[in-house]
Amino acid sequence: MEWGAVSSEGKKVSTVLESRSQRTLSPYDGVIMGADMGGSYGSTLRYKSVERIKPIGKQTLLGVSGEISDFQEILHYLDELIIYDHIWDDGNFLGPKELHNYLNRVMYNRRNKSNPLWNSLVYLGMVGMIGTYYEDNHVVTGFGNHLTRPIMRAEWREDLTFEEAVKILEKCLFVLLYRDRSAINKFQIYKITEEGVTISEPYALKTFWGFSAFQNPTKGAEGSW
Amino acid sequence: MFRNQYDTDVTTWSPAGRLFQVEYAMEAVKQGSAAIGLRSATHIVLATVNKATSELSSHQKKIFKVDDHIGVAIAGLTADGRVLSRYLRNECINHSFVYESPLPISRLVVQLADKAQVCTQRSWKRPYGVGLLVAGLDETGAHLYYNCPSGNYFEFQAFAIGSRSQAAKTYLERRFDNFDKYSREELIKDGLFAIKETLQGEKLTSAICTVAIVGVGETFHIINQQTIEQVIESLDIVEDAQAADAAAESASEEPSAAQEPGAAPMELQ
Repeated sequence: MEWGAVSSEGKKVSTVLESRSQRTLSPYDGVIMGADMGGSYGSTLRYKSVERIKPIGKQTLLGVSGEISDFQEILHYLDELIIYDHIWDDGNFLGPKELHNYLNRVMYNRRNKSNPLWNSLVYLGMVGMIGTYYEDNHVVTGFGNHLTRPIMRAEWREDLTFEEAVKILEKCLFVLLYRDRSAINKFQIYKITEEGVTISEPYALKTFWGFSAFQNPTKGAEGSW
Repeated sequence: MFRNQYDTDVTTWSPAGRLFQVEYAMEAVKQGSAAIGLRSATHIVLATVNKATSELSSHQKKIFKVDDHIGVAIAGLTADGRVLSRYLRNECINHSFVYESPLPISRLVVQLADKAQVCTQRSWKRPYGVGLLVAGLDETGAHLYYNCPSGNYFEFQAFAIGSRSQAAKTYLERRFDNFDKYSREELIKDGLFAIKETLQGEKLTSAICTVAIVGVGETFHIINQQTIEQVIESLDIVEDAQAADAAAESASEEPSAAQEPGAAPMELQ
């Protein structure tokens, strides 16, 4: 299948954010990820309850942006992997580092066959559709790269508590909501710690559109819209 | 065992429910020179007796590094052992490439055992004629396994295979209760002692044995000859002192056979 010939790119989503907090002062030690729940079909915002982050095995959260159907295929691969790992039943299991490398290999291989999985994956690190990958304290896909990286770099610290980390994440999601046309005001925050994964209910952030410039948008140019 | 009408190929059962070809393959392991392994909570030592076919030739390599955290010692058909080592190395390196983490040894031995089992169930194949002592570290700790030609594998605290291994086994059986607490040096010493048991009178030198170790913070490697020679000398010192005591008590003991109290009885040839 040549990707030049694909007519519709299916459902795509834009940004997933993640930030990692470490324990020093507070008891919180884990990773949180946030994403909006919108899935677009071209420029139509077709689906509004897409879960773009999934827990894998016991130790990992995987978030995605890009082609949703490719995400589902990746989940399928991972499912097989996790089940196979589980069947060994010998006390060893695949952790995020192993999954990271595995996914990296898969993405790179697909890219080599000119049949990429059109995704950017996020968890411990980031894996892109051409097989590039890196690890960092905060990882972001899509527009987040441009809009939110500065925020995270300014505000991330080693010893964030969960609440503080969520605040930073919300700030980033806010910016994206205002500025990324394919984002919707419905978010989920996923948290993973030693105890396991917790997923928040979808919720909306309070936005403000009451700027005076929006009151009469055609004031300066009558007849336009 | 004697030749009988059920032992021609591996896919024929005997009426008593035995696969003779598999059993003959295990005999081949017993013909090879001795290999022993023993583990503590953090380290595993493998040691083999170097047998050379003639004085002119060098001895065969019986210890193979499989990965940084796994090594094997073989007894039996060395050629089969080499081929299996290559398989093991391949599996480890593939796993490292895809997952960027070391292959857990418990999985490796299962894969090896399954590979050996295939040869016991195909009429056009023969079982591998080599036993492997696989020593390795993984997240669950230090492990020592024995893989035999039948496709079975077992985990051991200590084990010996090959010719005259029973003497080593007896020695290890007496002492294994304490192995978990052993330091690295004590483990090497006991490994050498066990090898000595299989030599039955021949002098233990660093030329006649090969010793390898893997442990927490220590990748698998073969210990160099000089270090072994030093350990052997320290054993001899202990021994001569005990031999002097023993000789004082009873005149008929040979010095080279005297060891600490409760040692294996002197071999009567």
